Amino acid sequence: MDEKYILSARDVVKQYGDVKVLDRVSLDVPFGSIYGLLGPNGAGKTTFIRIANGITAPDSGELLFMRRKLQREDIAAIGYLPEERGLYRKMKVGEQALYLARLKGLSRADAERQTAYWFKRFEIQGWWNRKVEELSKGMQQKVQFIITVLHQPSLLILDEPFSGFDPINADLMKKEIMRLRDEGATVILSTHNMASVEEMCDRISLIDKSRCILQGDVTQIRREYGSDEYELRFEGDRHGLETVLAGIRCRIIPEAEQSTTVKIRVPKGMKGNELLSAVISCVQVTSFKEALPNMNDIFIRTVQGKEGQANQLQ
Amino acid sequence: MNKIFIIIHREFLTRVRKKSFIIMTLLGPVLFASFMTAPVWFATMEDEDVRHIAVLDSSRLFFNMIPETEHFKFSYDFPNVRDSLAYLKQHLAKSKYSGVLYIPPYVAYVPSGVEFYSDRQPPVNLSMHMANALEKIIEREKLSAHHIENLDDILRSVKTNIKIRIFRLSGGGTEKESHSGLNMVVACISALLIYMFVFLFGAQVMRGVIEEKTGRIVEVIISSVKPFQLMMGKVVGIALTGLTQFVIWIVLTLILVMAAQWIFLPQLTDEALQQAGNRQTIGALADNIPVREVSEKTAEMMSMLQSINFDVIIGCFLFFFIGGYLLYASLFAAVGSAVDSETDTQQFMLPITVPLFVAMAVMFSAVQNPDGTLAFWFSVIPFTSPIVMMARISFGVPYWELFLSMTVLAVTFIGAILLSGKIYRTGILIYGKKPTWRELWKWLTYKR
Repeated sequence: MDEKYILSARDVVKQYGDVKVLDRVSLDVPFGSIYGLLGPNGAGKTTFIRIANGITAPDSGELLFMRRKLQREDIAAIGYLPEERGLYRKMKVGEQALYLARLKGLSRADAERQTAYWFKRFEIQGWWNRKVEELSKGMQQKVQFIITVLHQPSLLILDEPFSGFDPINADLMKKEIMRLRDEGATVILSTHNMASVEEMCDRISLIDKSRCILQGDVTQIRREYGSDEYELRFEGDRHGLETVLAGIRCRIIPEAEQSTTVKIRVPKGMKGNELLSAVISCVQVTSFKEALPNMNDIFIRTVQGKEGQANQLQ
Repeated sequence: MNKIFIIIHREFLTRVRKKSFIIMTLLGPVLFASFMTAPVWFATMEDEDVRHIAVLDSSRLFFNMIPETEHFKFSYDFPNVRDSLAYLKQHLAKSKYSGVLYIPPYVAYVPSGVEFYSDRQPPVNLSMHMANALEKIIEREKLSAHHIENLDDILRSVKTNIKIRIFRLSGGGTEKESHSGLNMVVACISALLIYMFVFLFGAQVMRGVIEEKTGRIVEVIISSVKPFQLMMGKVVGIALTGLTQFVIWIVLTLILVMAAQWIFLPQLTDEALQQAGNRQTIGALADNIPVREVSEKTAEMMSMLQSINFDVIIGCFLFFFIGGYLLYASLFAAVGSAVDSETDTQQFMLPITVPLFVAMAVMFSAVQNPDGTLAFWFSVIPFTSPIVMMARISFGVPYWELFLSMTVLAVTFIGAILLSGKIYRTGILIYGKKPTWRELWKWLTYKR
């Protein structure tokens, strides 16, 4: 069963003093996927990431990397972009890239070849002899990304990779990450940018208050959360449509109201065909599709819903 | 293991290439060399001019009696003391005299009545020279009042100059001559070197750790290497930087001092050459052959140098130098990891700097009394032993004490490195709060 997974966490627990930071967290990251790690600030994501990088060790539970217990040596196969980025400010960009690549275990020749390749790819050869402090924030982020991927890691752990980039460069990063995935790397993406989760991630885990509260395939999750909404584009009489919908206990969601496109919420259990056949009778349908809720809503609903439950229990 | 070398390499190279390092390394020897040569140079320059002193002697005891030197000449030809004094006091600047020595009539019984007038501050050796001369003359006057026959002969024959040679007895009846002066110099220099090294480069370790922490690069690095490797790489890299600087300082200072002697003081160099020549002849002659008077000084130097056990001193110096540095540098690293900026280091720095200050204070008393209880205990306590033991060592320290002190230091610095490593690996990842002592203690108990 584990064969599909590059990284598996089994009941990982981490405690600092009296504070439980991770409480029996289990997750499986399939080979070649982009895996979203979501959660509010302070939920325990960073601690989990640090454990996955071998920076700290779990108090109990275990991490499997390529089906073996995660070893110190494995970190050469992991590339880590921490949320709090930084480089030696006074050190030259090229030297720094070589240094960090060699610390990851590359030989001098390999490190030189790889840095040359990536500097050319990002068209920043001219920065080689500049000090980091002379670069703009966005430029520094680019260098930092290169340093993360220089040693061709099979697992990339990226913590908020798009922060600090302008839209153009954020898009460039997105494309690079997807390309690396297509070339065989697995990516763990920790981010608060839900749009990029929808766009890029295959699976996610949502961690809140040190526990994993939601897990699975992104499309499936969205479907689970939103099997009761449809988006309809039509031509014809809107009032008549509203009357027909009321007859089958459906309603137009107010905030999504537009003249020719509406979102319709159906009662539980009603299938799309039933709604469609009722609607066809009164208006000309130009487009009809399932309206999946976006990850942003799911995030808020799940985290707040859980808090609501907790409050009720108290 | 390979990675730690990569870290050491970077720590060393980035520091050695800094402008401030290069400037300090080159400027240091210039400063040291000028400290060493300037006084000698000034001494040869000073007082080219001759001072003529008018001696107004109401007692009539000292006519032509005060010995003249190259720089001090004395004139006695003033029959009317009172008038001359009044005149000279008024017109001293225009006269050929640079000072007036007034001696009251009953100077033998009112010794505080002697006065000296000058328009400039007279050099100390002038007043000493005059006072000595007057004392001697009065002494003779008083003695001669006893009407002793052959007084001069008697005086000459009673005059003796005692010099005590000090021998240290160690077990088995072997004796060794010891020279406190030279020992003290060796002791102070080696203790000071260790103190400087620990302070300068220990603080650099701390600053380096803070730099990595505030620059947020530390998380990138410890996802590649163990925190302990990063810490030790930094400690060792900076030690090598420091050693490089020290070696360059010493070599350049020596070269500069020799060059300065050769340029400014050729006559001194000749003397030095002569002395060196003498030393060689002494070396060539067997110890038993009586040494002629000329080379007595050199012989004394030789015996002084021989009395110091240099191989033990150098060996111990290296051990305490490195041991003391490792102990303190690891503590400095722990402090650096615990704070967010250098301004927050105060509360943790105190326990590190106080032992160093105490060690310096004890060091100065230890060179006076190297076998005292104070010196003994502080040369065993590892936080002060590198400095205090170095102060004692040139006077000779029993081997069991040396062994004890070294063992305690070795155990402590290994312990300090391990404990600091634990604080370090937690501290470098914690931002935004100033830790308390209690929290540092908690970090020690965390599992990785």
